[in-house]
Amino acid sequence: MGALLAADTLQGPKVDWFALSPLLALLAGAMVLLVVASLTPPWPKRAYALFTAAIALAGVGLAIALWFRVDDKGPVTLVGDAMHLDKLGLFLTITISIAVFFAALITDDYLRREGLDGPELYVLYMLTALGGIVMATANDLVVLFLGLEILSISMYVMAASHRKRIESQESGIKYFVLGGFSSAFFLYGVALVYGGSGSTNFTKIVTAFTDNIDVDRGNEALILAGVALLLVGLSFKVAAVPFHFWAPDVYQGAPTPVTAFMASAGKAAAFGAMLRVLLQALPQWASDYRPAVWMITLLTLVGGAVMAVVQTNVKRMLAFSSISHAGFILVGVEAAAHGGGPSLTDNVGVSSVLMYLLIYSVLVMGTFGVVTAVGRTGDADTGLAGFRGLAKNKPVLALGMTVLLLAQAGVPLTSGFVAKFGVITAAVDVHSYAIAIIAMVSAVIAAFLYLRIMVSMWIAEPEAGDDTREVVRVPLLLGVAIGLSVAFTLAVGFFPGWLIDITP
Amino acid sequence: MIEFPILTLLVLVPAIGSLLVALISKRQPDLVKITALLTSVLTGAMALWVLFAFKSGNADFQFVSQHVWIKPWGISWHLGVDGISLFLVALTGVLFPLVIVGIDPHHDHKRYLSWMLLLEAGVMGSFISLDLFLFFVFFEIVLVPMYFIIGGWGYDNRVYAATKFFLFTMVGSAFMLVGIIATAVLAKAGEGGAVTFDLIKIAENADFAASTGRWLFFAFAIAFAVKVPLFPLHTWLPDAHTQAPTGGSVILAGVLLKMGTYGLLRFGVYLFPEAAVWARPLFLTLAVIGILWGAVAATMQTDLKRLVAYSSVAHLGFIVLGTFALTTTALTGSVMQNVSHGVSTGALFLMVGMIYERRHTREISKLKGLQKVAPVFAAAFMVIMLSSIGVPGLNGFVGEFMILIGSFPTARWWVAVAATGVIFAALYLLWAYQRVFHGEPDDDNKSFPELKWKEASLLLPFIAIIVFTGVFPKPVLSRIEPSVDKLIEHVEQHSDYQQPEPSAPVVTEEGEG
Repeated sequence: MGALLAADTLQGPKVDWFALSPLLALLAGAMVLLVVASLTPPWPKRAYALFTAAIALAGVGLAIALWFRVDDKGPVTLVGDAMHLDKLGLFLTITISIAVFFAALITDDYLRREGLDGPELYVLYMLTALGGIVMATANDLVVLFLGLEILSISMYVMAASHRKRIESQESGIKYFVLGGFSSAFFLYGVALVYGGSGSTNFTKIVTAFTDNIDVDRGNEALILAGVALLLVGLSFKVAAVPFHFWAPDVYQGAPTPVTAFMASAGKAAAFGAMLRVLLQALPQWASDYRPAVWMITLLTLVGGAVMAVVQTNVKRMLAFSSISHAGFILVGVEAAAHGGGPSLTDNVGVSSVLMYLLIYSVLVMGTFGVVTAVGRTGDADTGLAGFRGLAKNKPVLALGMTVLLLAQAGVPLTSGFVAKFGVITAAVDVHSYAIAIIAMVSAVIAAFLYLRIMVSMWIAEPEAGDDTREVVRVPLLLGVAIGLSVAFTLAVGFFPGWLIDITP
Repeated sequence: MIEFPILTLLVLVPAIGSLLVALISKRQPDLVKITALLTSVLTGAMALWVLFAFKSGNADFQFVSQHVWIKPWGISWHLGVDGISLFLVALTGVLFPLVIVGIDPHHDHKRYLSWMLLLEAGVMGSFISLDLFLFFVFFEIVLVPMYFIIGGWGYDNRVYAATKFFLFTMVGSAFMLVGIIATAVLAKAGEGGAVTFDLIKIAENADFAASTGRWLFFAFAIAFAVKVPLFPLHTWLPDAHTQAPTGGSVILAGVLLKMGTYGLLRFGVYLFPEAAVWARPLFLTLAVIGILWGAVAATMQTDLKRLVAYSSVAHLGFIVLGTFALTTTALTGSVMQNVSHGVSTGALFLMVGMIYERRHTREISKLKGLQKVAPVFAAAFMVIMLSSIGVPGLNGFVGEFMILIGSFPTARWWVAVAATGVIFAALYLLWAYQRVFHGEPDDDNKSFPELKWKEASLLLPFIAIIVFTGVFPKPVLSRIEPSVDKLIEHVEQHSDYQQPEPSAPVVTEEGEG
């Protein structure tokens, strides 16, 4: 009886359903696919992938509709101050949805080739995206953690989803153990910040410090420890050095399309969360955490590039390359954290990070798309040798891969250059010259790795046994995905103006 | 009235040609060759048209074309040509068709030609862009085709050489990119206006604090010093030259290295006059060390191609010496020498390539007595070599002499040392000539074929330029000089440097030499 009364008086927050529609679309898509597909006989070829791609595009469409609403009415918070509807969140929503779209196209033939047919992976893509979007739009540390866990748990499962490869299982368990550890760090950080500020809500955390400038300074220790732990948790998710140890093993072991999805959507969500936590919840502590971010940036840039050089497996190389890209994005984060009480709006650093994330997501999808094709049945032929002679047998594929690799190296007239130019400009704008130069020099070191892949494709002499290898196939949807990725890379490379204009 | 966008076409025609060649089916090799030939010849014709339509005696940028490209970042498609870049544009336009017609890459013609044309677009673009961002784009994009040309069609150790070339240049560019961004950002802060990457606007309006300007200058200078290459950053050059296919070597020596010396002038001295004046002793010293180092190293080489490569290091030292001497005569000589070196060293690489085609070796010790069996070949080699040495009456003399005489008032002791480099050049080249061409041919060299008609017609334009500009350099100098004068005036306005009064009008003297 008492419980009933309580239910009567408890007022739930007003929910603006339309504002949540991208999330709902992904959730509905995941549920429908899970329930319906388990009750019906296997769908025709490509149907799962096309369904997922359609849902992802719906997510993009809804986010664009909301974008215009924000243009008209300005940003608001949703569901009782727990989430944001703003351009930053919407931009990341679009980025993550696009990653789902590409991942679905790449996965389609992969599953058939590996004999893994089943809709689970698609369901997990959508759920991961859901978690990622929650992270990127959260206005509360607990909500953010909720998103983080949805994302992480889906990813653990995805990493282990290739049932026939022992490496995949291994990568799943590694990711799970280390990821669980980092989640614990994050959660501990949330608890300490709550202890120091009295709330987990971003807005309230900020007002707690602005209203009581001279609160009991004893709390400061709590907050600082909390900030440090939050930073560790988030750095793990973005695979920043020295919290990167999981990345090479997991990237190499996981099914290639899943690796692509981790590098794109996973990174976008984690950096979204990082921006929210650092700039929206804790802007007053910027001068305290900025040196730490600077150091992590430095280690990530140099570490990622240097360690990439000695690898021989392309998936592992790309794992380290994604670490060094994370370093570049961190350059933008570091730049964004400059100035007294930095904010998310009107911040060159933030826009450079967002642009980098979108460009990199598309880029990495295309790159891993090619790796998926070259990996051949068994998904194991991802050594440099696997790329040997690709230019001769599949010139168009090799050319596409070359464009994508040059973009990753940051050669002009590709999107990768625009992305790098953006973050370096942001860094120079706030006079972070040292980090800008270190970033560019480490990009040169990383370029060596892309050159090695290109040498394998174009220049390396064929060796005995090359002819007996399975022929590299590029099925329709995979081809579409790679083609779109290359087209986007070049379009943004030649005409970046529009992308710079729309990035908030 | 909208002017005919000749400069834009200079970039776009080879770029489109490259794309077309890439798209044409491999089964139509003739169509591929004709397309490549036509686009490069068309580009060459346009470049020559620019050369002849260029108003001499005018120091400003001509044929300017400007369009907004990336508006939010203040970047525009801004092209223009002045006396300093004019002859590099013409050289690029002439050299590429010759290389495309005359040098056979032996395999994968289609890809080779496609890369060549893309390379031409990039080189052309770097010489005519007047926007920092645009310049960087072209400067960097050149790396990609050159990397593939060396790596794909070079000799045994080509992957190593190509990678070294790519990474060395990219390290320099890394600094330059940060420098470019910082320049634009700081110029904006100084002006209080919108951000712009426009070279002329920044150079004319921005006033950097001395210390800032020096840092920025070095960020740019490192990139160009690698490209030139200036001692001690030159180590990539001998490898790249030796391993590159003949066509790649000719282009590399002919125009690619000039992007460095040109960059030092346009984006070093012009953009940061105060810093350039301040850094003169350093660059003069490095240039002189380069002259001697290149000469000594060239003397020691056993590989003919490597010898020519080291001679490039020495010659480019002269160009840098003239650049930082900052007198009208020396600078004019530098710009002139850019072209002369491009022609004569390009031709030398061409002939070394011919020797390799015939004998499949470039070892000096294995070549002997070629003059006996191939006198015309030897004569052609002799003329080109003498031009490289700087014998009066040929083009190499004009630039080198003007550099030395022009640098004397401002950089006396450096000139004194550098002048010995001229003697060294005679030493290593004549000695090499003697070993390769004199004496009795042994059995291996007895059947060395004489110069063919096709090869002769390929060399003819080179020799014509060598002789013409050597005997009658006035039309060249009169186009270069006004722009150089203006540049020095710009330096004088923005720093405490004053050019000493020239003692005699050097140009007229030259005309009679």
